[in-house]
Amino acid sequence: MTLLLTLAILILTGVAFWQISKIFELSQMGRKKDDSQIATEKDNDLNGKLMFAFLVFIYAVTIYSFWSYSKVLLPESASAHGPAYDTLLWISFAIILFAQTITQAVLHVFAYKYRGINNRKAYFYTHNNTLEFVWTIIPAIIFFVLIIYGMVTWGNIMNIEEDEDALVIELYAQQWNWKARYGGEDNVLGDANVRFLNDFDGRNSVGIDSSDPNGMDDIVVTQEFHLPVDRKVIFKFRSQDVLHSAYMPHFRAQMNCVPGMITEFSFTPTITTADMRMNSDVVDKVNRINKIRYENSKELTANGEEALEPYQFDYLLLCAKICGASHYNMQMKIVVESEKDYEKWLSQQKTFSEIIQ
Amino acid sequence: MSELTSISHSNHDDHHHHHKETFITKYIFSQDHKMIAKQYLILGVLFMGFIGVAMSLLFRLQLAWPEQSFAVFDIFLGDWAPEGVMDPNIYLALVTIHGTIMVFFVLTAGLSGTFSNLLIPLQIGARDMASGLLNMISFWLFFLSSMIMLASLFVEAGPAAAGWTIYPPLSALPQTQPGSGMGMTLWLISMAIFVASSLLGSLNYIVTVINLRTKGMSMFRLPLTIWAFFVTAIIGVISFPVLLSAALLLIMDRSFGTSFFLSDIFVQGEVLHYQGGSPVLFEHLFWFLGHPEVYIVLLPALGITSEIIATNSRKPIFGYRAMVASILAIAFLSTVVWGHHMFISGMNPFLGSVFTFTTLLIAIPSAVKAFNYITTLWKGNLQFNPGMLFSIGLVSTFITGGLTGIILGDSTLDINIHDTYFVVAHFHLVMGISALYGLFAGVYHWFPKLFGTMMNKNLGYIHFWITAISAYGVFFPMHFIGMAGLPRRYYTNTAFPYFDDLANINVVITVFALLAGAAQLVFLYNFIHSMFFGKKAEQNPWRSNTMEWTAPVEHIHGNWPGEIPHVHRWAYDYSKPGQDEDFVLQTTPIQKGEIETEH
Repeated sequence: MTLLLTLAILILTGVAFWQISKIFELSQMGRKKDDSQIATEKDNDLNGKLMFAFLVFIYAVTIYSFWSYSKVLLPESASAHGPAYDTLLWISFAIILFAQTITQAVLHVFAYKYRGINNRKAYFYTHNNTLEFVWTIIPAIIFFVLIIYGMVTWGNIMNIEEDEDALVIELYAQQWNWKARYGGEDNVLGDANVRFLNDFDGRNSVGIDSSDPNGMDDIVVTQEFHLPVDRKVIFKFRSQDVLHSAYMPHFRAQMNCVPGMITEFSFTPTITTADMRMNSDVVDKVNRINKIRYENSKELTANGEEALEPYQFDYLLLCAKICGASHYNMQMKIVVESEKDYEKWLSQQKTFSEIIQ
Repeated sequence: MSELTSISHSNHDDHHHHHKETFITKYIFSQDHKMIAKQYLILGVLFMGFIGVAMSLLFRLQLAWPEQSFAVFDIFLGDWAPEGVMDPNIYLALVTIHGTIMVFFVLTAGLSGTFSNLLIPLQIGARDMASGLLNMISFWLFFLSSMIMLASLFVEAGPAAAGWTIYPPLSALPQTQPGSGMGMTLWLISMAIFVASSLLGSLNYIVTVINLRTKGMSMFRLPLTIWAFFVTAIIGVISFPVLLSAALLLIMDRSFGTSFFLSDIFVQGEVLHYQGGSPVLFEHLFWFLGHPEVYIVLLPALGITSEIIATNSRKPIFGYRAMVASILAIAFLSTVVWGHHMFISGMNPFLGSVFTFTTLLIAIPSAVKAFNYITTLWKGNLQFNPGMLFSIGLVSTFITGGLTGIILGDSTLDINIHDTYFVVAHFHLVMGISALYGLFAGVYHWFPKLFGTMMNKNLGYIHFWITAISAYGVFFPMHFIGMAGLPRRYYTNTAFPYFDDLANINVVITVFALLAGAAQLVFLYNFIHSMFFGKKAEQNPWRSNTMEWTAPVEHIHGNWPGEIPHVHRWAYDYSKPGQDEDFVLQTTPIQKGEIETEH
């Protein structure tokens, strides 16, 4: 159906173009023959006005997009460094929108206002050093401030101190799934390497070195991993095959997973999954999504297929670096909960020594 | 070479009778820069451009209506779209080849190849390029490279599919995806030949601009087009060899078991032997070309725009020296910003700060350029020829796309939008659409010089306005799905219910993309029709100052019958007070009592 629709649109657009060009040609016929293909005063007038209309169009697209699409954006950040990130983002956006509004206006208004008229002579104006100095120095100052602000924030986010209390978690990537490894009782990750992946008939799923005593109490989980709220987490990233990128948008966190090296990122989750589900933006989004899923389900059940399950919000770990066929479906659920619930969940997981027995 | 150099200095009238030309030497293995420009235009821009754009429409259909059956998929993708449903591997292949073709074949070879070749000799007053032979070899290497890239589309396992950035290990190991087999081998061979072609072309441009300027054509009398082409060629010579070395090392890793980019890898139940290499090294090498490449694509477009905006505003370009200075500043800075593609690659965070600093610096000369364009329009007498519309369109998309670079260039902000659709929206506007606009502007403006006929202006207007509207329609909403957290290069986002409410936006984007694609058919029709049936062009249809318009409409070998004209003034004496006409050719001597414009 959509195919037919698309084809129909394409064919109709083609016909429309063909007709419009015919009309243009016909409209030229009655008049004094001007086929020099160089813009006339009339062309200048029309296109100058269209330039002004285009400015209105740009503004309209901007306003419509912000009005209509703002609701799909990420909700309030769920990590300690997130608010600083969001503030910097919106300050940058304010500057950009201001510059965009002004420069597009000047550009298109000039294009409209100075549209060509026969026998008018343009103003001969080659340069103006003061003016050029001013508009070199103003962006320079603005960018300088942004650079300093950005660098300080970056320094704070990327400064990963090995603090005693921090929870250390390894995120392990492979085509096409994620695993998470906890240090267990000692909160220390045992040594690991891809060489050990085939040990214990493949039960050593992230390649822990069984000769390292630190690794025996390590816990490896799949599908979902849990984090205690308000405790700093230091992530160590590994990949066993190709580049992946561990992207946790709700926490404003991302780091590539590189085979052959261990990369790091750290954040402190501040909002539990349960609390985030109550966030009004999230509630709205979930309702919207479930409405869409309900509509889609009607179509599916009509074709005798299963209906879609209602959606419930969860934090996500996605892959953001192209990694092959199922790149689009490499996901893991993140659960943020109280320290007590987290401990309870962790105690139910099997340790490495239990798995290899 | 010596023969052509002697022709360049020949003062005799009979230089074009020297060679007996057959069909093959005139149209195929031609050493004439004007013919080579046309060859680049037709192969690089029209043919490769058509394929690149068509591919984007195919994957846009998949993104708007994921996993649905389309007859076009069945026709064009065959076994890769069982029952008309696109396979995820082929989706990645389409994205990869679309990027490769558009960035390298259309906007590097096609754009520079066409306009540097056409305009450098004609605008500086030279008989031809410094070496016609190298120029010809450059084109035929490009032809070979294009054919190999196209051949890779017919490999059984599909063409390269690791993204146009071909990061190893994905690109190095055929076990990780089918496209990394024969398809990737052909990709690498094609690109190696492409780099050779590009280097030969660039060296020729540099040598020609330095050595073959006519009498009176000092560096600061050069039109800004030539400055842009010249500096672009220099960046190309500096950075393309690094891509070649990256490609060669990758070929070694793939075929000879070395470990430049690979270490500690386990695929399909097997530990591979690679030890000690690093994919991050490849990223450094790739982006050392990859970022200057953005400016290799963009600078020629900006040069073309400078010329067209000045001519059609009937005004001198504002701040000529600042324009030259900003081209030079952009060129220098472009070689020290590559790390902003790698903020979260695992490289030392301190480097992130350094690259943030250099990256935001590059915004300053870019802003100067935008302001100078706008001031050139001020109090002008704007002639809205299609080339002028596309040039103003370029300034508009350059601003819109460039501004979001302030966000992406900031290492902090990059964390959460890296590799999302926000990036896709940003670079398509600032380099893709802007450079394409420059390319279209150039084609409309110099079509009379290329083919001796005029393109139809009304079709040009239709082409521009539909393209302009759909470009914003496609890329403006895309920023939002990026900021919603959707990573790029996803075959579909239905695997995440969280993104279900982005589906409608994807449909909007695809509809605008189809509209934009249809508008390009108008251009294609106009181009081909005008080539054969267009109105005969006058010698100087746009009443322009530059030297190419003093050469006869019919192409002759050696460009000018008789002596090459001398140059007496800069290229931008439009509407100069005291002159009868609103333009003064560069070849017109300074009159009695006239003061040479200080610029």
